[in-house]
Amino acid sequence: MVEGIDGSGKSTQLSLLSQWLRSQRIAVAFSEWNSSPLVRETTRRGKKKNMFTPVTFSLIHATDFADRLERYITPLLKAGAVVCADRYAYTAFARDVVRGVSRKWVRNLYKFAVRPNLAFYFRVPLEVAIGRILGGRNAIKYYEAGMDLELSRNVEESFRIFQGRILDEYEAMIQEVGFHVIDATGSIEEQQQQMRRIVMEELGANLRNGVLRASQGDIDAAQAAASVL
Amino acid sequence: MLHKQPLAFYSEPLAGVDQEELLGKLIVIEGPDSVGRSTQVARLRAWLEHEGHAVLDTGLARGALAGKGISQAKDGNLLGPVTMTLFYATDFADRLENEIVPALRAGFVVLTDRYIFSLMARAIARGEDRAWIERVASFALVPHAIYYLRAEVRDLITRVVLGRGSFDHWESGMDMRFGSDMHDSFVRYQARVIRALDRMSKRYNFVVIDAAKSPDQIFKDLQRSIAKLFKAT
Repeated sequence: MVEGIDGSGKSTQLSLLSQWLRSQRIAVAFSEWNSSPLVRETTRRGKKKNMFTPVTFSLIHATDFADRLERYITPLLKAGAVVCADRYAYTAFARDVVRGVSRKWVRNLYKFAVRPNLAFYFRVPLEVAIGRILGGRNAIKYYEAGMDLELSRNVEESFRIFQGRILDEYEAMIQEVGFHVIDATGSIEEQQQQMRRIVMEELGANLRNGVLRASQGDIDAAQAAASVL
Repeated sequence: MLHKQPLAFYSEPLAGVDQEELLGKLIVIEGPDSVGRSTQVARLRAWLEHEGHAVLDTGLARGALAGKGISQAKDGNLLGPVTMTLFYATDFADRLENEIVPALRAGFVVLTDRYIFSLMARAIARGEDRAWIERVASFALVPHAIYYLRAEVRDLITRVVLGRGSFDHWESGMDMRFGSDMHDSFVRYQARVIRALDRMSKRYNFVVIDAAKSPDQIFKDLQRSIAKLFKAT
């Protein structure tokens, strides 16, 4: 799985990595933060009407995550697939804490999550990330900018403060999570090479033997080999 | 941690809520499905209003944010157990922050048809970790009183048969297939829910009321006990 602030380039890198794995005939599945169809309407309603509080915002994202885990990620892992997750529980550890829920509470909330085999964190200075976001998109959304926190009336300024605090939370959890830190200011090609090297070092044996490609083996063997990147 | 002053938080304080500002009373009616909670809530509301109290009544999955989403998800029968628990927790948090706390600030009596305890009992009945769900729900306010209408499973079955006349998918825990048909699953699931509520009884200071008594008698018991809450202050 990959983590990092908006504009760190993590999604691009994950997509390149999954293409590379697929090219080796490995069964790869993809799961993105905040994408459960079951919860979508509720999230939309809350965002449209600015109904969220820090606690409900945190809980609805955990609900979304639980749905993807129960219905999608866990069965795929049992089948021996490699699941690539764009953001994971650590997004909540960073973001929800900045919104004001306690670190302890949000870590307990996600206790039902499976621990990923590999966790990448794309480290990027705030100004670089902001430059990428402002260059590529026309409008920053209300919750993305943390406008609900009333940090500033100016959207760009609020975004800057909000993302800066999220960055601090990520930095503080590197040890705890065991993130592989990728310098996200490097070229796309360099970062991708680094990711592939880490994948081979950490999971090479698994990828050669256990994952869905040679999936005749019993479920236990497949489960043991399953990976969340 | 659990026998605290009314309107304290169990352990996780909500941002922006000052307990000193909460002037109302928070009264919880708990109990398994079909035990007769809503009848009592309706009668209590009428009585309290007659006595001159402003009353807000609320219950599970009725919130503006998540109520609709929960009922749609249940229609599809595609809700996993952890997802369901968290969806209900979202709804609870929304009602707590946007309905219950404002009403308490305004001095209302908040009468709630179930609280975090049913939510936790259902999760525990589905095999989720007790400590996990207890900590998730720890942002709840401690009520002034929790009345637990306690029944045996066979009495619930009588009520279901005589009342609605059929078993409900979710009330039977059919998402977990506790038995091969709705009846068998209902029996096992509701027994687990009741056991989970029983275990909370001491911990959370429930006032246990035997639901086998007549509705009139239950109502009188509740009236007497609630009247004391008002005298105490």
